[in-house]
Amino acid sequence: MTDATRLRAEHLTKSFAGRRVLDDVSLSVAKGEVKGIIGPSGAGKSTLIRCLNGLEPLDTGRVWLGADELTARKADIDALRARIGFVFQDFNLFTHLRVADNLMLGLRRVRKMDAVEAERCARAELDRVGLADKWQAWPAELSGGQAQRVSIARALAMAPEVMLFDEPTSALDPQSVGSVLRVMRELVAGGMTMIIVSHEMAFIEAVADDVVFMADGAIVEEGPAGQLFNTPHAAATRAFIDGIAAAHRGEATTP
Amino acid sequence: MIYAVIWDNLPYLAEGAAITVALALTLLVIGLVVGTGLGLIQAYAGWPLRLAATLIERFFRAIPAIVLLFLFYYGISVFYNISAFPAAALALGLRSAAYQSQIIRGAIAAVPAGQLAAARAIGMTRAAGIRHVVLPQALRQAIGPWTNEALSELKDTSLAYTIGVVELMRQADYIVSATYGHQLAVYSAAAVVYLALSLAANWALTRADRRLAVPGLSH
Repeated sequence: MTDATRLRAEHLTKSFAGRRVLDDVSLSVAKGEVKGIIGPSGAGKSTLIRCLNGLEPLDTGRVWLGADELTARKADIDALRARIGFVFQDFNLFTHLRVADNLMLGLRRVRKMDAVEAERCARAELDRVGLADKWQAWPAELSGGQAQRVSIARALAMAPEVMLFDEPTSALDPQSVGSVLRVMRELVAGGMTMIIVSHEMAFIEAVADDVVFMADGAIVEEGPAGQLFNTPHAAATRAFIDGIAAAHRGEATTP
Repeated sequence: MIYAVIWDNLPYLAEGAAITVALALTLLVIGLVVGTGLGLIQAYAGWPLRLAATLIERFFRAIPAIVLLFLFYYGISVFYNISAFPAAALALGLRSAAYQSQIIRGAIAAVPAGQLAAARAIGMTRAAGIRHVVLPQALRQAIGPWTNEALSELKDTSLAYTIGVVELMRQADYIVSATYGHQLAVYSAAAVVYLALSLAANWALTRADRRLAVPGLSH
């Protein structure tokens, strides 16, 4: 492992009810790298990314954050998770807390900041996603796009070393997708290390350095974004990408 | 004159009502603390603790209140000189805990799993996530069913009469004995006091439910 490796997973396997959902998956992301994960529904993308911060238990395999192993028997998994930002498909904002407290809960309870410092930090992150005026709003008062941007700000407030996105725009109406992708583009420009599971192919092609194509719980192909999208090696990758492109042109297709 | 009977004995009825309210509040607090504990154990603990909590819950739900009252008063009196009020508060409080644990457990189950996942994702421990994210939402959801339980227990405090707690019902009985009759007037007066207490409790809890409601979330 080089010093630049931020997150590394080796030989991850996991089964649900006898079905193999992760089949010997290995993956790593370097500092400042953006990795996209694409593939059909049920390919194991979400399971994989949830395993990377220990939200899902693994059957076998090991995960490191920098030099610290998350899967070590004595790992302080909570402390390690605090260093990994995670953005859920359906936001998961704390519904009983205002936006301000959604952002400050982790700062106060995990980072142990005092109230003044936590507020300064939370306001800065909310401003970064363009929602400074929603400080006092309740989650239920936000649009989907706003809620997802708040959840990104909540993750960023913890000053993570790497950000994981689990289909961050899949639950959004088309008008909201752009506002979330804009925030993510700014993170990319700022040099954030990111792993993104997404069906937004154009976005992944534009921002990812490296793209992983998964199917049936395994990595089929991995390569630089331009190469994987334009000259994929595997037939399955080509079929998936062609299918998506056809769907965008409005042709009937089954990717 | 029957009105004079009620009027003259109003201080006694008030005294009885005060004991009734004190008993209801004490048993509900015992029930809330123990019931929340049991509900959390049933929702989150490993199977040995869960089994123990479930056995306790079944025990107190299966046995009639009067039997519990006699057990906790006359039964405990065999080895410890317990007085009637704490015996009644414990017996009815633990029985209420069994019912309240089911309210809390249901309310916890109604909080989407993503809420705890989101708490864990920012590095909170499971315990912290439950305390700061799941439980506040669950307790808020529980206010509605909890109101039913509170009103039910308020009425059931009258059963403490049977072990000699001088609550509203026993005061009414004393008045009937002392005045040689007037049963209809005196017991009606007691009924009116229960009605007033129930309405007041219902009003206060409904108000709390509304004040603590989170905008945009209905439950």
